[in-house]
Amino acid sequence: MRKDWLTQAAGPLRRFAPVLALICLSGCSEGVLSPHGPVGDAEKIILLNSLGIMLAIVIPTILATFAVAWWYRSSHVKARYLPDWEYSGRLEMVVWSIPAMVILLLGGIAWVGSHDLDPPKPLESKVAAIPVEVVSLDWKWLFIYPQQGVASVNKLVVPAGVPVSFRLTSGSVMNSFFVPELGSQIYTMSGMITRLNLLAGKQGSYPGLSAQFSGAGFSGMRFTVDAVSADKFAEWVTAAKGSDKSLAMAEYDELVKPSSYITPYTYGSVTDGIFDRIVAHTKGEN
Amino acid sequence: MFGKLTWNAIPYNEPIPMAAGAAVVIVVAIVLLWITIKGHWPYLWREWITSVDHKRIGVMYCLLALVMLLRGFSDAIMMRSHLAFAAGDGQGYLPPEHYNQIFSAHGVIMIFFTAMPFVIGLMNFVVPLQLGIRDVAFPTLNSVSLWLTASGVLLINASLVIGEFARTGWLAYPPLSELQFSPDVGVDYYLWSLQISGVGTLLSGINLVTTILKMRAPGMTYTRMPVFCWTALASNLLIVAAFPVLTATFALLTLDRYLGFHFFTNDHGGNAMMYLNLIWVWGHPEVYILILPAFGVFSEVVSTFSSKPLFGYRSMILATMCICILSFLVWLHHFFTMGAGADVNGFFGIMTMVIAVPTGVKVFNWMFTMYGGRVRFEVPILWTIGFMVTFVIGGLTGVLMAVPPVDFVLHNSLFLVAHFHNVAIGGVLFGAFAGYTYWFPKAFGFKLHEGLGKAAFWCWLFGFYLAFMPLYVIGLMGATRRMQHYDDMTWQPWMMCAFAGAALILLGIVFQVLQLIVSIRQREQLADISGDPWDGRSLEWATTSPPAVFNFAVMPDVQGEEAYWGIKQRAIELQKLVDEPDYEPIEMPRNSPTGIVSAFFASILGFALIWHIWWLVGVGLAGAYAVFVVFAWRIEDEYIVPAAEVARLDRERRRIRVETILPRGKPV
Repeated sequence: MRKDWLTQAAGPLRRFAPVLALICLSGCSEGVLSPHGPVGDAEKIILLNSLGIMLAIVIPTILATFAVAWWYRSSHVKARYLPDWEYSGRLEMVVWSIPAMVILLLGGIAWVGSHDLDPPKPLESKVAAIPVEVVSLDWKWLFIYPQQGVASVNKLVVPAGVPVSFRLTSGSVMNSFFVPELGSQIYTMSGMITRLNLLAGKQGSYPGLSAQFSGAGFSGMRFTVDAVSADKFAEWVTAAKGSDKSLAMAEYDELVKPSSYITPYTYGSVTDGIFDRIVAHTKGEN
Repeated sequence: MFGKLTWNAIPYNEPIPMAAGAAVVIVVAIVLLWITIKGHWPYLWREWITSVDHKRIGVMYCLLALVMLLRGFSDAIMMRSHLAFAAGDGQGYLPPEHYNQIFSAHGVIMIFFTAMPFVIGLMNFVVPLQLGIRDVAFPTLNSVSLWLTASGVLLINASLVIGEFARTGWLAYPPLSELQFSPDVGVDYYLWSLQISGVGTLLSGINLVTTILKMRAPGMTYTRMPVFCWTALASNLLIVAAFPVLTATFALLTLDRYLGFHFFTNDHGGNAMMYLNLIWVWGHPEVYILILPAFGVFSEVVSTFSSKPLFGYRSMILATMCICILSFLVWLHHFFTMGAGADVNGFFGIMTMVIAVPTGVKVFNWMFTMYGGRVRFEVPILWTIGFMVTFVIGGLTGVLMAVPPVDFVLHNSLFLVAHFHNVAIGGVLFGAFAGYTYWFPKAFGFKLHEGLGKAAFWCWLFGFYLAFMPLYVIGLMGATRRMQHYDDMTWQPWMMCAFAGAALILLGIVFQVLQLIVSIRQREQLADISGDPWDGRSLEWATTSPPAVFNFAVMPDVQGEEAYWGIKQRAIELQKLVDEPDYEPIEMPRNSPTGIVSAFFASILGFALIWHIWWLVGVGLAGAYAVFVVFAWRIEDEYIVPAAEVARLDRERRRIRVETILPRGKPV
């Protein structure tokens, strides 16, 4: 009997280990807990704050559950037996108000956070944002730079420290545009345009992906975001313009055909307004 | 002649489905052969297949769920073993077209054909007994519900060897599930198996709501019903409200696929996002359809095994009904990332968090039920305590993702996958297992083997943590769900760990299968004669195990919460049972093959629609309609249990109770 209790008491310790590991991971080297931009930073802070608020009530609850169950085990005759204790108005008050107060606090965070970090909201910056248009295709990403007149497949090059203002759609089924280290994701939907604003605070190369399953080639639908210095960005644009490929609706119709694990390449010129034509095209309006 | 169906529909050149299909066919053939040789068919047909007894239907629902748990788990361990190796240059062993079917089938099977039949089975078995009545409101309809669910199971399993299953995920989002992107029969299997079983679920919901609202024993007022009945009421109200939405949504997608409509297509004014809204208007209440009865099981178990009434009974009812209503106001949290805007996201985020309040109240009340109790650590309460701890963590991660900006970085990640398995396994499945262990002796007259039950519990508990805590971690590292392959090698150790967890869960399942076999073999030693093996508090424990077909010889007179506990304590105090009543003949519903025959035609109908075999569609429809007509024109639908027989059975029950219950004395 005694031994039984030891094994049961060891349970909670072992069960906690993964949770602790999870918390320690805030120092992890990649992913949403090591963001490289203001959007991701803000989201990480909200995540950790919310987690902290909840742990303050969840950890005592878990410990109390074990403690109560163990203390009132049937073999423990010293514990008081209250066979008819089934109601206490004061306790009910406490029991309803503790979670209610926590939710009041978290609800505030959710409301404010959802407004502050609304994806279409422009980011505060002294520099003007660079517009980029994103089209998800079966199974690759097309990035159009309307100001620069170039386009790129599966590789997004942006200047670090400059906000990027995305307009997104899908040329096929629904996908979700997501760069974990920069922050917010957003759906791409055919016939519709979503908006997203991100900023890479630091130079570096960040993995991007589709976070919404989209069919057979889904796993090969990855891209990289290269955040580079302003000079490097200008160089990249010049190099891209040198590409002899040009993107008009005819080339787009080729690009739409299913393929995955596509090596990045660029288009040296882009038909004006092609993004809006793609949106109209997927609606069947041409 | 056979529509789209040709010999090419059988995947000869794919070894995995062929082997799995062959294994299933062989096992089924052996079982059928064994039944035939032993000559059990007449017994099975008479006593089980055509039975309209809510207890037997409940047992068959649970059996169906356990079998489908094995199928769903095979899919799970294939995914985990594949992902443990499909990193970098490693390709794993499942090509995308197969892997994508497996995760779709896993989700569909676990939700619709494991969790749903399990909780519906428990409710079917327990609710009439707890209410002190003889059957559900519509016994034959109950049998129809069961067999329509089985029909859905048959179709989804047929897709393993004839054609293929959907490769769209378990909710088949358009436009991916539209004809343009999924031209094969996979999505059609999905639609028709769920439409047919969905009708069964809706009928079952109507049946149980009617039963609870209209058929309680004398004196069983609403505020005297056991909490399990309250959670069953809430759950079935949700079924009645939500399942028609699912049926309609699938019907719209079916019109798109079969008749060229454009509800959810990319072009011609279709809007796939409408489907997302509709499917989650059903989908989120569905989560509570599953978890509420599990909460009910835990409430019963924690009170029985603490030898105390449930703490805060009325508070628990209030919490249950709050959850029931709130569950319809949160669906949008499944797609904060659609870009609906800050106000909409904020509103639905907060509504989602509000559900945590009544849920938190429940956890505290379960704890206070144990407080001051005499907690007996038998298998059902181990599942319960395992649940309380695990579910609190799952609730935490759920509320975390209800904060829209947090969801922006965790949506569709493996963090989400870990979260919903955290609540689905740690909540629904643990609840189902607790209920299975708790009510098994009531159904069969012997307990399940305790040692093997504990072994299974510890394997499941640690297996769960080992399998899903790593997914939380790599979810935070940016891993998304439904990947068939990943490049980031730092994820691989975590994936290996998750695979080890799945293996440990497999061991738990092996223990459960062993437990069932060993318990049946040792049924003499494990027998419970008293009918009240756990010192229970609600009316199901007042009957023999298994109960007589009519449950109660005389309708119990309920005089308070915990109806049976009061009767039992009085009997023990006075050392005698209440006086023998006057026995009267009892009318009971006749068994009927309506359920199985209509489900047979429904299966034909579904199969024919999937493969576009139009003449067979006619056969299925005509057959199903004919069954209905024949049933409607039946002459006798009841039979009489004579008073003498009722008296004989009840006197036997009373004799046993005098021998087993009266000597128990009051707990100290």
